[in-house]
Amino acid sequence: MTVAGSPAVTTNVGRPFLGGRRFSLDWVGAVPYLAYVGLFLILPSVIIGIGALLDANNAFTLDNFRNLSRSYVVKATIDTTVLSAITAFLGAVFGALLAYAIVTGSPNGILRRLTISASGVLAQFGGVTLAFAFIASIGPAGFVYLFAQAHGFDFYKQDLWLFEIPGLDLVYLYFQIPLMVLVFLPALDGIKPQWREAAESLGGNTWHYWRHVAGPLLFPAFLGSVLLLFANAFSAYATANALINQGQPVLAQQIAGALSSEVGAYEPGFAKAIAIEMIIIVTLVTVLYTLLQRRTARWL
Amino acid sequence: MTERSGVEVRLENLVRRYGTVTALDGLSLTLAPGELVALLGPSGCGKTTALRLLAGLEEANDGRVVIGGKDVTGLPANRRNIGMVFQAYSLFPHMVAWENVAFGLQMRHVGVDERKKRALDMLELVGLGRFANRYASQMSGGQQQRVALARALAIQPQVLLLDEPLSALDAKVRSRLRDEIRRVQLEVGITTLFVTHDQEEALAIADRVGVMQAGKLEQLGPPTLVYSRPATPFVADFVGLTNRMEGTVRRGAVEIRGASIPLVHPDVPDGPAIALVRPEAVALASDGDMQEGPLVGTVIAVAFLGAVSRVTVDLGDTTVLVQVPTSAASQHPAGTRVRLELRPDPVLIQREEAVPAAS
Ligand SMILES: Nc1ncnc2c1ncn2[C@@H]1O[C@H](COP(=O)(O)OP(=O)(O)O)[C@@H](O)[C@H]1O
Ligand SMILES: [Mg+2]
Repeated sequence: MTVAGSPAVTTNVGRPFLGGRRFSLDWVGAVPYLAYVGLFLILPSVIIGIGALLDANNAFTLDNFRNLSRSYVVKATIDTTVLSAITAFLGAVFGALLAYAIVTGSPNGILRRLTISASGVLAQFGGVTLAFAFIASIGPAGFVYLFAQAHGFDFYKQDLWLFEIPGLDLVYLYFQIPLMVLVFLPALDGIKPQWREAAESLGGNTWHYWRHVAGPLLFPAFLGSVLLLFANAFSAYATANALINQGQPVLAQQIAGALSSEVGAYEPGFAKAIAIEMIIIVTLVTVLYTLLQRRTARWL
Repeated sequence: MTERSGVEVRLENLVRRYGTVTALDGLSLTLAPGELVALLGPSGCGKTTALRLLAGLEEANDGRVVIGGKDVTGLPANRRNIGMVFQAYSLFPHMVAWENVAFGLQMRHVGVDERKKRALDMLELVGLGRFANRYASQMSGGQQQRVALARALAIQPQVLLLDEPLSALDAKVRSRLRDEIRRVQLEVGITTLFVTHDQEEALAIADRVGVMQAGKLEQLGPPTLVYSRPATPFVADFVGLTNRMEGTVRRGAVEIRGASIPLVHPDVPDGPAIALVRPEAVALASDGDMQEGPLVGTVIAVAFLGAVSRVTVDLGDTTVLVQVPTSAASQHPAGTRVRLELRPDPVLIQREEAVPAAS
C-alpha cells in the first residue's frame, strides 16, 4: 500500500541496457517482495477464502457467504464502513492541520519533536487502555462528565452514546489524528519554500498558491493517508471491543462472535466469510484510491 | 502592459537584521536600465538577503527600494512584477514546462490559449521548445533552470533576479547556461541582478560586478577593473588568486625582494607591509642568474590550465604562484631553478595591524 508518498521530485531511472540479451533478469530483484506478499498476504487470504467455502464437515458450501446477508451483519458492515470513513476523514483533516502547524514552526523546535513523539505513542494507543481513559473521563461516572453535569451540561441526557457508534467515532479520532500527523508530515516536508516564493513573485497570492500549487501537490498524499486511516479504523477490534460489549456493532467483533461458542453457534466458516468481506471492502477502497491517484498525480 | 525593460533599480541604504545577525548593513546599489550586475561574495555575506528585499520576499528594517523611479519598499512580492530564478528545484513539479511558464500569465488572467502560446514562445527563447510537455522530473538540472528562466521572463517583469542559478549544475552545463542567460538577458534588455559566489561566473556575465562582504558593498565596477584594480585587500583576495608577499613601503612604492612596485594608493606611510600580487603579474625570467638572488627559487608544481599554466615556485621562506603561457611553463618542469620577475603593475598592500581584523 502506498501512502503519503512525498510529492518531491522523482527521477526516472532508466532500465540498464543489456546488449543483445533476450532474457532480462530484472524480475530477480522482485523475488523477495513477491515471496513476502505471497507468504503474508495472499496465502492467508487464500486459506481464509477456502475455509469460507467449507461447512462443518469440510464439504463445499456457499452458505457462509449467503449468511453475510443476515441483517445484523449488513448493519455492522454499513456501520463499520461509515465509522471508518468518518473517522478517516475527520482524522485526516485535523491531523493534516496539526501537521501543517508543525511544519510552519522551527524544523528542530520543541513543538515539532514533542508532537511527533506524542503522535508516535498515541497512534498506537488503543484497546482497553484507550477505552478506559474515555470511560474514566467522560464515561457516565467519569470526572469530566460529572463536572459538566453539575454545571448544567448533561451530554448523556438523550442516550449513552459513548457506548454506541458515536462513541467509537470520538474514541477512534484519538489514534486517527496522531496517525495522520505521522503519515502526512513527510508529504508536507516535501513542499519546498521556493514554490511558494515562486508563486508569489509570479503574482499569486496565498489562495492561488494553495489552489494551484500546494493543494494539487498534497492531494494525492492526503488521499493515500485517508485510505490508510480508513483501513486502520476498519480493522480496529480491541478498542471497539473494550468500549462496547453489547451487540458487536463492528465487523471485526462479528468475526470474534462467530468464532466463540458462548453467544450462539460456533461458525468458523462464517467468520472466514466475514473476513473475506472485509478484505474485499479494503481492496475496493484501495483500487478506488489508485485510480484517483493516477488521475491526480500524473507527474509522480 | 507594464514597461517591458530598461528601468533603473535603486537599493538605498538597505538594512536587514535577523536577531543579532546583521545580514545587510546599509547596502546601496544602483542598476542602470538594462544592465546586468553580478553580486559576488562569500557565503553568508548577504547576497540572497539583498535579492529577497528587492523581490519583496523579505522586509527591510531600513532603507528603500526604488524601481523605475517608484518607491516599492512597502509593496508585497506579488505586486512588484519581478521575475525570479532560484538556485534549484523551484519548478512546480505537478505542472509540465509550459504550464510552469504560463503560471504567471494565469495569475494575470490571460486566457488559456494566449498564455500557452506565449509560454511556448518563451520556451523557444530559452531553446526548450521541444520540452514543453515535460515535467521537471523528466528534465536535467540545466533544462529545469532554463524553464525557470522562461517562467520568470514570461510575465514581462521590470527586473530579473537570479540567485545562484547555476550552482547546482555541473561545470560544463554551468558555463554554457551562463552564456545562455546573458544572451537572453541582452535580447530582452531587462535590468538584471545576478547573485553568485563564483568569481569567474560574475566576471564572465556581468556589465558590472559588485563585491560584497559582511552585508556591505566593497567595490562596484566593470569586471576588468574589479579584477585588475581591486579596491580593497578583501576584493583582491576574493576575485582571482593573490600572492601575499612581504615588502617595505618607501615613498609611494613597495619594495619586494629587490623589486620596486608602484602602489594603487600611494599615500601611505613608509614601513613594512604585505603586498598583494596577482599570479599573472609574476613572470619567469628567461635569462640571467638562475642560481642566486632574492627572486630565485625552485619550481615545485606546474598546473596545466589550457592556454595558461600555473607554476608554484618555492623561494625558500615563501611560495609564489606564477601564471604564464603554457609554452613558457613547459620549459620549467618541477625541480628546475627559476628566477621570477615582478611586473610593475600597481598593487594593493595590507598592513600587519589590519590583518587580524579579518573575521
Ligand atoms: N531567515 C533567516 N533567519 C536568520 N538568519 C538569516 C536568515 N536569512 C539569512 N540569515 C543570515 O543572514 C546572513 C546573510 O545570509 P544570506 O543573505 O543568505 O547570505 P548569502 O546569500 O550571501 O550566502 C547570514 O549570516 C545568514 O545566516
Ligand atoms: Mg544565498
